Amino acid sequence: MLIAATLAIFVAMILAIIRGIAGPTLYDRILAVNMFGTKTVLLISLLGFIMGRPEFLDIAIVYALINFISVIGVLRYSDTNQFKHTPTNNESAEKEP
Amino acid sequence: MINIVLLTLLVVVAIAIIRMKDLFAVVMLAGIYGLMSASFFVAMDAVDVAFTEAAVGAGISTLLMLVVITMTGSKEKPTRHKPLPALLAVMLTGGLLIYGTLDMPYFGSVDAPIHNHTSPRYINDSMQEVGIPNVVTSVLASYRAFDTFGEVVVIFTAGIGVLTLLSVVRSKDNDDEIESINDSMHQQHLVIRIVAKMLIPFIFLFALYVQFHGDFGPGGGFQAGVIFASAIILYAMLFGLRTAHKVINQTFVQLIAALGVLLYGSVGIVSLMNGGNFLDYNVLSSNPITGQHLGILLIQWLVQDLFES
Amino acid sequence: MDITITISSGFFLLIGSFLCVSGGIGLLRFPDFYTRMHAVGVTDTLGAGMILIGLMILSTDFLVFAKLVMVLLLTLLIGPTTSHVLAKAAFHNGLMPKGLNTLEQNNNKETNSSNP
Repeated sequence: MLIAATLAIFVAMILAIIRGIAGPTLYDRILAVNMFGTKTVLLISLLGFIMGRPEFLDIAIVYALINFISVIGVLRYSDTNQFKHTPTNNESAEKEP
Repeated sequence: MINIVLLTLLVVVAIAIIRMKDLFAVVMLAGIYGLMSASFFVAMDAVDVAFTEAAVGAGISTLLMLVVITMTGSKEKPTRHKPLPALLAVMLTGGLLIYGTLDMPYFGSVDAPIHNHTSPRYINDSMQEVGIPNVVTSVLASYRAFDTFGEVVVIFTAGIGVLTLLSVVRSKDNDDEIESINDSMHQQHLVIRIVAKMLIPFIFLFALYVQFHGDFGPGGGFQAGVIFASAIILYAMLFGLRTAHKVINQTFVQLIAALGVLLYGSVGIVSLMNGGNFLDYNVLSSNPITGQHLGILLIQWLVQDLFES
Repeated sequence: MDITITISSGFFLLIGSFLCVSGGIGLLRFPDFYTRMHAVGVTDTLGAGMILIGLMILSTDFLVFAKLVMVLLLTLLIGPTTSHVLAKAAFHNGLMPKGLNTLEQNNNKETNSSNP
């Protein structure tokens, strides 16, 4: 059962990577990184249980914190000009009903 | 099996990083790359390395690259010439290197010298000679303490260099202006500030736990220092640089950094004066590793120094 | 007693992994950033909680149990906060949800006036 859960987390990580590569806007990619981080926390906990070494939980706590700090850091610097989202052609085409 | 899947994913992400032109996406994918390599280290049962890779590679590197991008542009410049000579040079060098490694023993083979002489000595004798269960810490701190001393001095020098460079460029801000901006942003960032205030004491406590638990589990001084520094970075990001300067004085930080190197060196000199070699712990008290770890932890406040500037 | 532990932890692990995978599928198939964030934020936190509870039932040592409780509390605290901050930042920087045709004028006026 643990191995099945690990495989499911793997699948979710692969899906997050696909969105990270193909996301049209920047925020999709930030979301993909955040989801990847929480999945990594779960993966580390599961691997620790499978391999019988529960010291991995320290790493899980560190990952959760680092994931949080790095997403907050990315968003904190989003007040600069380069993050301003300009409407692409698709969205401006939707403005006319 | 897990290793093959993880390595394939690493290759896929690396190819995607190279092919993309938008630098923000590259930074995000680099964050994913760091997290995945840390998972790979965990799958190979190397816990301390995974710890350090998580803290430094996945978190701090992404933040640093992002800060750099906000200062420079965000689109990659188009290449104007064909990279054919560069490709030839890289392939030639790579080929020579691979040819050079053909002489070395296979990865993990039983009769490699490192598995016959050095590793058994460390693994078998570490418990009696040093007395702490974590072999990585004992190798880093006792058997190879001189290397660690060199690293510590190098980081200290780099930190001083960066601080000197950056303090020239920094312009003097108006204090009142910063205060008013902070107050107006308080309403905007209310949720995140409250959550951060709840989390930051916990992060400090966790850093102390990792520091003192480094003898028995993964961790040690370096990782604890990075966690501590990341808590300071979180505070500085959310509450403004000026407030962070009020909390932790710049000169205090520099003093602590210099004191760290001094402590490390003086431990070595004390052991010299007691009749042993430089940094030979057998002539000190029974377990002096803790004191030396404290020196390493203090040194890592340099990392936070770099970000504050 | 042993069989109860195995079945209950297996149940929690199953629910948790199903939630995580469905969150990943939602990330790929939803049309807009805000809907994707909704999918990820909800299923991430809940799925992580379920998996961690399943692991807690399996643990034998008290220290492991305490660390799992800490990871669970952290995840519950960090997940919704990240979603909130992400949505707020995206909205402030001008990313509009799809399909807001008539309300778009009002939203643009609000965003322009609240930008410092």
